[in-house]
Amino acid sequence: MADRVRVPARNTRYLGSLAFQVALLLIVGGLAYAAVVNAAQNLAHANIATGFGFWNNTAGFDISQTLIHYSASTSTFGRAFWVGLLNTLFVSGIGIVLATILGFVVGIARLSRNWLVACLAGGYVELVRNVPLLLQLLFWYNAVLKSLPELQGSIALPGGGFLNNRGLFLPRPEFGPGFGAVVIALLVGVVAALLLRSWARGRQARSGRRTRIFWAAVGLIGGLPLVAFVLAGLPLSFHFPALGRFNVTGGIEVLPEFAALLIALTVYTAAFIAEVVRAGVLAVPAGQTEAAQALGLRSATTLRLIVVPQALRVIIPPLTSQYLNLIKNSSLAVAIGYPDLVQIFTGTVLNITGQAVEVVAITMAVYLTISLVISLSMNIYGRATAVVER
Amino acid sequence: MKRLATAFAIATLLAFGMQAAWSQSPTLKAVQDRGELVCGSNGQLAGFGMPDPQGNWTGFDVDFCRAIAAAIFNDPTKVKFVPLTAANRFTALQSGEVDVLSRNTTWTMSRDTTLGVDFAAVNYYDGQGFMVRKALKVSSALELNGASVCVQQGTTTELNLADYFRSNNMSLKTVTFATLDEALKAYDSSRCDAFTTDSSGLYGSRLLLSNPSDNIVLPEIISKEPLSPAVRQGDDSWEDIVRWTHYAMVDAEELGVTKNNVDGQLKSPNPEIRRLLGVEEQFGQSLGLSNDWAYRIIKFVGNYGESFERNVGQGSPLKIARGLNALWTKGGLQYGLPIR
Repeated sequence: MADRVRVPARNTRYLGSLAFQVALLLIVGGLAYAAVVNAAQNLAHANIATGFGFWNNTAGFDISQTLIHYSASTSTFGRAFWVGLLNTLFVSGIGIVLATILGFVVGIARLSRNWLVACLAGGYVELVRNVPLLLQLLFWYNAVLKSLPELQGSIALPGGGFLNNRGLFLPRPEFGPGFGAVVIALLVGVVAALLLRSWARGRQARSGRRTRIFWAAVGLIGGLPLVAFVLAGLPLSFHFPALGRFNVTGGIEVLPEFAALLIALTVYTAAFIAEVVRAGVLAVPAGQTEAAQALGLRSATTLRLIVVPQALRVIIPPLTSQYLNLIKNSSLAVAIGYPDLVQIFTGTVLNITGQAVEVVAITMAVYLTISLVISLSMNIYGRATAVVER
Repeated sequence: MKRLATAFAIATLLAFGMQAAWSQSPTLKAVQDRGELVCGSNGQLAGFGMPDPQGNWTGFDVDFCRAIAAAIFNDPTKVKFVPLTAANRFTALQSGEVDVLSRNTTWTMSRDTTLGVDFAAVNYYDGQGFMVRKALKVSSALELNGASVCVQQGTTTELNLADYFRSNNMSLKTVTFATLDEALKAYDSSRCDAFTTDSSGLYGSRLLLSNPSDNIVLPEIISKEPLSPAVRQGDDSWEDIVRWTHYAMVDAEELGVTKNNVDGQLKSPNPEIRRLLGVEEQFGQSLGLSNDWAYRIIKFVGNYGESFERNVGQGSPLKIARGLNALWTKGGLQYGLPIR
């Protein structure tokens, strides 16, 4: 009984941990401050220009793909930054959509009872996942470039397009004055289809009778805009690309660099997403499927209503990581000449201005922001699919 | 007496102070302590800077670093070469990763004034040109309206290209790559109609194509590209060493001192040669080096003309004519400053 257990007073422990946290914060903050001051002093000492004044200077260099207006003679470095950022978001955005679709298909296929399908999917995942992305990128770039004909032997596509090693050239739609009506009709169609669906669901819940609304929805979403388009007097024309001596002019241009980067990012990331999907599906207990079958649900319905919603909870967090990886990997564009943010900003702009610290800091801040935004929205979506405790 | 003592003290201080100012180049001291010079060069440009299949670096820019090493160590092999891209070369120099940047780098005002670097001396007068495939049947750069051009990013080349097409009212599609190698490969696989870089680089690059003879270099030179080795700002004594390494090589050519005859020239009665080779006066010491610094350069590397012909001129596969880089006495721009 001599050794009495001493329980430390609660607020002593609290104060101790608070002091520790404050100290840690001070140390980290102090280090960051010292680093900034030291860098600024060193730069000043070495006579290297600092500051963000370069942002509004004329850029003077050309960019091969610009989604917004840009001209070498009048646009600024700031404009070049936005061009690069949009190019990064463009290839990443399309890449994320395609990689998700391909990844889900392959992931499900790998679980297939069909031996050949499962083996093909497994082979794809193991092959793609284990070769460095840079090599794959160079492979696709050379595969794209080498397999396409030169300008003079361009492949003429039906409908007035061209395909050659300068890119894919498609007719560019030009929207006439009445085209707004078509867009409005499309929106109306979508809203009406959604209303129809919620009505059909309500009816099923009340009476147990199912209403087939598929064709009605197709009619609303596809038919309404079509009617509006005809009534507005066909307000759509096409600007066709034309073969010139050196290049194809006019039309929409898809650069081979863009195609190669998109294919590489999609194929590579899809392999990882496939594994994420497979893990998610396998994480749903077999009893759930058996219970669903016992209730008489068909296997497609079981997948849609029972398995996928539960699998999503497991899939979302690692899927977010894959999206973030894809965006960061898009900076490998620099190897094949696709003008993404890194290529334009930390490549050309950094070199012309020589302001490495500012340019790299801006680029890092941009990637951080994009990643945090994606993380945040995926977390919100993840919370929506989480188990609701009752 | 007291006044005399003060004067003596000041004189001593001045003398030692001066001595310190001469010999205390921090970069030179670092190089000597390390036992080798670290030289930033191009790893991919035939004739200027590229390792051969055995891993020995050769080229015009490489020779320049070997000359500095010879002047410091009496041994041209005491150089470590660091291959740099156009994009990372200034950062490497600024951060002290290399002691000197000898990598076909154009001397421009903005680089000189805002990058914290100093250019020592123009050792190659260059200009930007274009290479196209013969099959394109183009004989002038002015016929390239609408063409796709492959170019290396982060270079003055990229800016000149846009300027040239704009000022001639021609449209242009640039395809930009991080390295010259990648730009050249893309051109070789017909991604672009034309390839552009400094004309010296064009000849070297042409040799690397799958069919060099199917390509021609167009006659237009669209820019001035004075190429110069560069050093960090703030170490003037080191800059002096780099600058005078170049001028010693040009002076040697002007005076007819070559790798082969330099030993005999030690006995030359010509006072200019005697000063160059350190037989008379103490110019080496004023650089913080030994007096036979220039003798070492010429003995191991040769004079300017020898280095030029061996690496890029008639003695090389590039066969570039001296042109602007001939001596001023022969209609060129290379003009050796007097050593005196």
